[in-house]
Amino acid sequence: MSEAAVTGVLAPDVTSEIRAARSHLARRFLKNPLGIAALSVLVLIVLAAICAPLLTSYNPNGVSVLSILQGPGAGHLLGTDGAGRDVWSRLLFGGRYTLAGALLATVVAAVLGIAGGLVAGYYGKWFESAASWVTTLLMALPGIVVLLAARAVLGPSLWTVMIIFGVLLVPAFYRLVYAAVSGVRNELFVDAARVSGVSDLRIITRHILTVVRAPIILQASIVFGIAIAVQVGLDFLGFGDQSIPTWGNMLNDGFTNLYRDPQLVVWPGLAVVITGVALTLFANALRDELEQSARPRRRRAAVVMAAAARAAGPVRPENDTVVHEEASSSAPAPLLLHIEGLAVGYPQADGSVTRVVDNVSLDIRRGEVHGLVGESGSGKTQTAWSVLRLLPAGGEILEGSILLDGEDLSRVDSAKMREIRGGRIAYIPQEPMSNLDPSFTIGTQLTEPMRTKLGVSKTEAKARALKLLGQVGIPNPERTFASYPHELSGGMAQRVLIAGAVSCEPDLVIADEPTTALDVTIQAEILDLLRELQRELGVTILIVTHNFGVVADLCDRVSVMQKGRIVETGSTRSLFADPQHPYTRSLFDAILDESPARGSYAEVRS
Amino acid sequence: MPEPLIAVDDLVVEYPSKGVRRHAFRALKGVSVDIRPGETVGLVGESGSGKTTLGRAILGLAPVTGGSIKFKGREIGSLGRRERRALSSEIQVVFQDPYSSLNPSLTIEQTLTEPLMVRKMPKNDATARVRNLLDQVKLPRDALSRLPREFSGGQRQRIAIARALALSPEFIVCDEPVSALDLSTQARVLDLFKEIQETTGVAYLFISHDLAVVRNISHRVAVMYHGEIVEYGDGYQVTTHPTNPYTQELLLAAPVPDPIRQEQRRIERRAFLAARQSAHAMAS
Repeated sequence: MSEAAVTGVLAPDVTSEIRAARSHLARRFLKNPLGIAALSVLVLIVLAAICAPLLTSYNPNGVSVLSILQGPGAGHLLGTDGAGRDVWSRLLFGGRYTLAGALLATVVAAVLGIAGGLVAGYYGKWFESAASWVTTLLMALPGIVVLLAARAVLGPSLWTVMIIFGVLLVPAFYRLVYAAVSGVRNELFVDAARVSGVSDLRIITRHILTVVRAPIILQASIVFGIAIAVQVGLDFLGFGDQSIPTWGNMLNDGFTNLYRDPQLVVWPGLAVVITGVALTLFANALRDELEQSARPRRRRAAVVMAAAARAAGPVRPENDTVVHEEASSSAPAPLLLHIEGLAVGYPQADGSVTRVVDNVSLDIRRGEVHGLVGESGSGKTQTAWSVLRLLPAGGEILEGSILLDGEDLSRVDSAKMREIRGGRIAYIPQEPMSNLDPSFTIGTQLTEPMRTKLGVSKTEAKARALKLLGQVGIPNPERTFASYPHELSGGMAQRVLIAGAVSCEPDLVIADEPTTALDVTIQAEILDLLRELQRELGVTILIVTHNFGVVADLCDRVSVMQKGRIVETGSTRSLFADPQHPYTRSLFDAILDESPARGSYAEVRS
Repeated sequence: MPEPLIAVDDLVVEYPSKGVRRHAFRALKGVSVDIRPGETVGLVGESGSGKTTLGRAILGLAPVTGGSIKFKGREIGSLGRRERRALSSEIQVVFQDPYSSLNPSLTIEQTLTEPLMVRKMPKNDATARVRNLLDQVKLPRDALSRLPREFSGGQRQRIAIARALALSPEFIVCDEPVSALDLSTQARVLDLFKEIQETTGVAYLFISHDLAVVRNISHRVAVMYHGEIVEYGDGYQVTTHPTNPYTQELLLAAPVPDPIRQEQRRIERRAFLAARQSAHAMAS
């Protein structure tokens, strides 16, 4: 079970899957049919604009009084407009100006926004405040009004208007880059690069820009589309430079001749619509591929699990769990939870199902503390979540039954399950802070469930909550009751959650690594608290943990999980005294508490 | 007695707080530690005790506002960015989180050759060195062309160790390098750290919240509490027979993986806390 062995398991059939997932974004984008179609249309439009002189012999501004408003054909491919100019040539040359104008706006916005975002995000300090202030101001300005004012002052120049519009669009890039960079800035790999002697410039280009590259392309295509739309709009309204052919000017001309020659608005309109649609589809396809490249982490986890499942071989029908017989003389307490043959699986994209829990059977007696222990990926948390019926999206109970006092929780409907959760079964989470809603006081969050589950009045709920807070060792219950989660320490927050878990008098409390996120001195206090509460209230606890010390401290019985199966189960004392299964033994061997100290420095030197 | 490699003397680190008229947050309040060549000094403490800050200050990643940090007799507490970069071949780091300490979009080869490229090492030499590093941390050679996400936590931590070793440093700050790992992986990575130390003679500052981990790897142990070192001495002494009350509490709070001895320890802990409480009552 060494890491090398895991790599070996991966080698034959899984590496190919991984390689496929890893192929470069650009290459994957070119395999996306929508993306390739949109990209080819865009390339065609750009090529047509660039090669305009080769595709038409007419001057786009060549006015001819003799050939006004001619229909298509007869020398003019798409006819002529209200001034006798060739529509086809105006469409091609108009593409040049329209696209170049939009490109100018995009480049201005991108250069200023990316540079500003990088500097503000990486270095922060005064530049960050100044830049944020300027972008907020830019966002508050009404774009069209600014552009109209600029035209009135500076004259109708396509380039000036597009530069100004580009400046107005700076926040689109600035905010994107700033958010990404300030997120990456504190990543440890940036610190590691700095410690490796890498210069700031190299860190920015190599470690930071690579992270934001793809979203920038996505944003640019959106901004480009917006720039075309605004420019066409201004020209159409007649605020543009009438001396150059643009799609907007063509629309303007077509609109004035709408009743005499309606097809004149069709061609520039089509050009704008096709370009816009192609840009949007391009952006969509790019986003899809980007999101996929963010996904492999999860997909890979599933692959590893699948590989592990395959390595484990076919499911053996007989249960080979090592069971330590109960040595207790008194009659055992009645069963509270009886799990039989539980299997949990996640359906994969290829139709197969990855089993993360397989043929798990577990008995928990009333009033006992049962530890479910194992390493990451062993399925211990999945088993606990199955009892709560709170499996992550996609997870299903495939087989088996979960009987709580004879009622099969794997079969009851979700309304009934909601009633059971928080009522008969309560939950203590791993991360106390993220399990309290920051916008409500502790009091509200404690009394609300009691009022809905137990139907008690507001005053009674408050009285009970204060009593519970005192019971879980909170020194000043009144003050904590009125405070918000951010005013509590992690240990206090966990006490509050424990108070909440026992508030509705549950039969079973499921605690998922309840002390893992806490300091060791706080952990000891929480363990004491759980033991006292268990003794006072007689509640049954299923505790999921990776820490054998916690099991030894708290649990009456323990089950060891490996690769989705229970390999050994029994009373804590006999299992710790005499572990039988090789996996359990390897875990005990890895415990450092028993290992000798390193020895003193002098001994090593001599 | 060899001369210390790192000598931290009365070090103060303060983080400026946002907003006017707010006091700066004092993360380290006059800390002194020395580390000799080839030695491991374990630094143990709870969250917020300042143990990570001490490591970051030695790495030049935290604002030093008082005291001194000497590396081989030379003051390094207040170096400029350029001088700091020159130190990178002598002082390195392995961080806790094996997921965020490797750039997800760079291959293992790119990550490992980066420090060598910065030193302008020829490409062939760099490739040879990187292969050598992979052998040292016991990873297969085909790992080079892969991305971090293809590796497990333990394997990623091996890659991070290889990166730290790339420039053959004399000192590595290890900031909770095994805390995110499973039990059995943790033991193997610790063995790797020890083995590398024995072959290369590198010194470690080994930061952890776990007394058992620190005992396993450290020659000497320092215990931090609220930005101060409350106990510092031989690893075995400090982790088995501590004299400082806080270290004693820390030791008694860690549950022993044995139900019978843990029951014993629980009783000792209760007696210890009761004695402290009555001492407090007497004092007030």
